[in-house]
Amino acid sequence: MCGIAGLIHRGKSSNVGSELQGMLQALKHRGEDSTGYALYGDTDGKNFIMRFKVGENVGEGSSSVMEDISVYDERKKIVDETLKELGARIIKEERTLPYSLRYEISYDKKDLLDFSQRIESIPGVEILSMGKSLEVIKDLGNAKAVCDRYSLDKLVGTHAIGHARMATESGVDIKSAHPFWGYPFSDVSVVHNGQLTNYWNNRRALENKGMRFMSECDSELIAVYIAQKMREGASLEEGMKDSLSGLDGVFTYFVATKDSLGMAKDTMAAKPLVLYESDDLVAMGSEEIAIRSVLPQEIDTYDPFDGEVKVWQI
Amino acid sequence: MANLKTSEKKSKAQSMGMHTEVLTGRTQQKFFNPDEAENFYYFGTYDVDFNKRTDLDVKDMSAPEANKEIDNLMSQGYGTIVIKNPQGKHSLGVGILNKLNLIFEGSLGYFGMGSCDGPTVRINGRVGWSCAENLMAGKVVIEKNAGSCFGAAIRGGDLICKGSVGARTGIDMKGGTIIIGGDAGAFTGFMMQRGRIIILGDVGINLGDSMYDGTIFVGGSIGSYGSDAVDAELTKSDQDWLKRKLKVAEIGDNFDVSKMKKIVAGKKLWNYDNLEPTEKKGAI
Repeated sequence: MCGIAGLIHRGKSSNVGSELQGMLQALKHRGEDSTGYALYGDTDGKNFIMRFKVGENVGEGSSSVMEDISVYDERKKIVDETLKELGARIIKEERTLPYSLRYEISYDKKDLLDFSQRIESIPGVEILSMGKSLEVIKDLGNAKAVCDRYSLDKLVGTHAIGHARMATESGVDIKSAHPFWGYPFSDVSVVHNGQLTNYWNNRRALENKGMRFMSECDSELIAVYIAQKMREGASLEEGMKDSLSGLDGVFTYFVATKDSLGMAKDTMAAKPLVLYESDDLVAMGSEEIAIRSVLPQEIDTYDPFDGEVKVWQI
Repeated sequence: MANLKTSEKKSKAQSMGMHTEVLTGRTQQKFFNPDEAENFYYFGTYDVDFNKRTDLDVKDMSAPEANKEIDNLMSQGYGTIVIKNPQGKHSLGVGILNKLNLIFEGSLGYFGMGSCDGPTVRINGRVGWSCAENLMAGKVVIEKNAGSCFGAAIRGGDLICKGSVGARTGIDMKGGTIIIGGDAGAFTGFMMQRGRIIILGDVGINLGDSMYDGTIFVGGSIGSYGSDAVDAELTKSDQDWLKRKLKVAEIGDNFDVSKMKKIVAGKKLWNYDNLEPTEKKGAI
């Protein structure tokens, strides 16, 4: 089933980590195999924040295996050496869990394709997000469990999207959890609720164009699809509109960038979405109770129609 | 229980030929027998007084707790109940088989007022997916917007949304009337079998897709027609009915019904003729 939620504050920052935790926790009945956050925090914009993992947290049906911490240490060491070779300098380093790391790095080049390919060529290493504001945090368990594990409740920023997952198309592990980073674009993330039926056709076509897939989760296709459209020169909104015909199946998804948040709904409107819009806040979720967790007072909400695409700026 | 094939004594209804099917092996079928009226009991109903009014704050209640308390209040004779702070909770007000004046001061989540038979309900907010699914009788009025599958499979009653609704409104409906003050999404009237849908605004793609029967009236534009949905002539009788219905629903003041489009089933897909027993009685 899965549940998605997102919010964007316009003209101000707020405690988006705590707010999104409340929204996703309200949707935990839609799935709590894994939960993921894409948080756009307040930063000075000088350095990149790279969230990456050097191992897996493995649940039911996963093709991955749990490994010894010494394996993670070895991979981390290779990552550090590779960053040095790439000319990137580590400013700050956090290791929240043995397999999950957060680096603040100084890196001058804008094109992240070569950078990402080099890092991910290290076996067992996956970049969860790369950007000057974006941080993707995802792990097994419900929203509160993941929030507590990674201390996300104090993160201040402008907008965020998140996902509560009930695994159906692929196993329970971090690589299949949402959100997906819009590789190799800085600060682009995607969450999705639904099923895509032309996944393999699109995947093969995109792989032929040099795009990479880390999981076998159909939702990852949306991130890669949008990223490819942007690579070809389309705006975020144009890429999203194109996806309504390019992607087959039933879906509601959100895409976020450094300064915007968008939603798209398939032409059959088979997946739910409730939307609240005001001058200073837009909040949306698979169910109204998600929005109620941040806005308990009586508010006007609505369901976007089939084939609708909307994008909001901060 | 009902093995009519071997039953010697036929009821009056059966003698009149109202029940022609052989029910051997079926265990759920019961027919009303006037001679046993004193034994007839509609489970979950109470004598209520509409002038006896109370408030119920459900802010800290789960949906089952709130529904149980509504039932408890009805058992005490309360005929008007005002629900405070529903806050988008799912499945509120389900299974009410009673005359009742129920008012929600706020919005409901999914499946609100599902499987009801008889209450008059006003929701001063929005409703999520599948509001009033399987409504048998009564009236449900939503002051704001509604989600998808609004009035799915209703068999009777009036379901009114003053705002806009999502996709698949009236899917599989078998009777009753759905009235929408705003716009409606894709697949409105999908597989509907009976009843009427009135949409004052625009409607999305695939209107009336695979509808077996029933009628859809649209005031605005139509995204596209679904399979086997066709235009029909809007008669004077239709217009009179629409005016009456909109007036009773307190919606669409001064709306010009003469410009509405009427959509019915082309009946090219018609491949069923098995009315339910109760409907056969009505037909006779």
